[in-house]
Amino acid sequence: MFDTALTAADLLFLAKGAGVTILVTLISVALGTLLGIVFGVIRYQVGPWWAAPLTFVLDVFRSVPLLIQLVLANAFLGVVLKLRMSGFTVACGVLTMYTAAYCAEIVRGGIEAVPMNTRRAARSLGMTWRQDMTSIVMPLATRVALPSWIGLALGVMKDSALVYVVQVTELLKSTQILITRLQEPLFLLMICGAFYFLISFPLARLGGYLERRWTND
Amino acid sequence: MFGYTFQWKQVFARLPQMLDGALVTMQIAVLSMVIGIVLAVLLTLFRQSGSRLLSGIATAWVEIARNTPALFQIYMAHFGLGSFGIHLSPYVSLLVGITFNNAGYLAENFRGALKAIPETQTRAGRSLGMSPLQAFRHIVVPQMLRIAFLPMTNQMVWAVLMTSLGVTVGMNTDLFGVTQDLNALTFRTFELFAVAAVIFYLIVKVIQTAARLIAWRLFRY
Repeated sequence: MFDTALTAADLLFLAKGAGVTILVTLISVALGTLLGIVFGVIRYQVGPWWAAPLTFVLDVFRSVPLLIQLVLANAFLGVVLKLRMSGFTVACGVLTMYTAAYCAEIVRGGIEAVPMNTRRAARSLGMTWRQDMTSIVMPLATRVALPSWIGLALGVMKDSALVYVVQVTELLKSTQILITRLQEPLFLLMICGAFYFLISFPLARLGGYLERRWTND
Repeated sequence: MFGYTFQWKQVFARLPQMLDGALVTMQIAVLSMVIGIVLAVLLTLFRQSGSRLLSGIATAWVEIARNTPALFQIYMAHFGLGSFGIHLSPYVSLLVGITFNNAGYLAENFRGALKAIPETQTRAGRSLGMSPLQAFRHIVVPQMLRIAFLPMTNQMVWAVLMTSLGVTVGMNTDLFGVTQDLNALTFRTFELFAVAAVIFYLIVKVIQTAARLIAWRLFRY
């Protein structure tokens, strides 16, 4: 098992794949979180009745497999609208909406966890809605939401393994290409798995730690 | 409007095939969930057991399942085990991969739920003359199920969505696999996958509604 045909060039190829995985994750999580905050605040602000259409759309993104979302988006943009878009753009777009759908839920939960009396107190002191949102709700809601958000970001990183379906060669796909060529599946998969694990595990631990620390007060 | 003609008729003609695929998808999801729950209970017990070896195995399982992509786990079951001379069919690889994933996530849920039940509950049960097993079975388990029920529902939904990954190891009888094969025949990619998406959405809604009904029936005092 230890005499392998893996060369430095192959390792570089894997590293490139890992770079794509990280890049796709960073872009989608950043944009998705911004969108998710907007959607979450809207959903909370307008009430369940008027937010129903938005709730439904976000729910679809959470109830349809990511693989199908990617294939559909690719087919819709490429074949139906005949737009020329790189797979990378499509992947980032779909993952952004996917992140936003989950993030909106987390944000709404965070806002709902802020006691109404605290907010009323803020408004009684003469704070505007905006001031109340930024200096009262945001700090308190972040405490509730951050651990789940870390979980979401890690989830998106793991789910980004599916973007191979729109011809983006990320880490798992580049591993598979090497497996086909070198015929050493176990060794290569171990490298790939170790990479995901080394990123995910410490951050997941951090999330768990913050959750424990922040639930008491 | 788009310069593209949607052809839904061809897709609806093949709906029965896709529904058969949906049945296979459900079958895998349910099987993986049932086996996953059994394994998760074992893993939870292993972690509580105090034996270093057992809790080490259980912790490794849970952390690997939770910190690597599900697709990676399915690859491991298919290509990784293949290196040891264990060649699994696509169906079994998919089932093994998803079950491994389910068991890891569920074990963590169960542990969290177990922690949320105060030690005094068990002691109260014991004071009433229950055996340790009776106290666990009649006092701890019902409360634990109550806490872990929602995460379990979510995991079931995840299991259904994860079956779509089977296509990567050559699975062609589940909903995604069938759709992929029909796509190769007809090239109506958008229409076919839109219908598949609707079927997946409906399956998820049925599961969530059923879970809500079961929770309402089970957890009322």
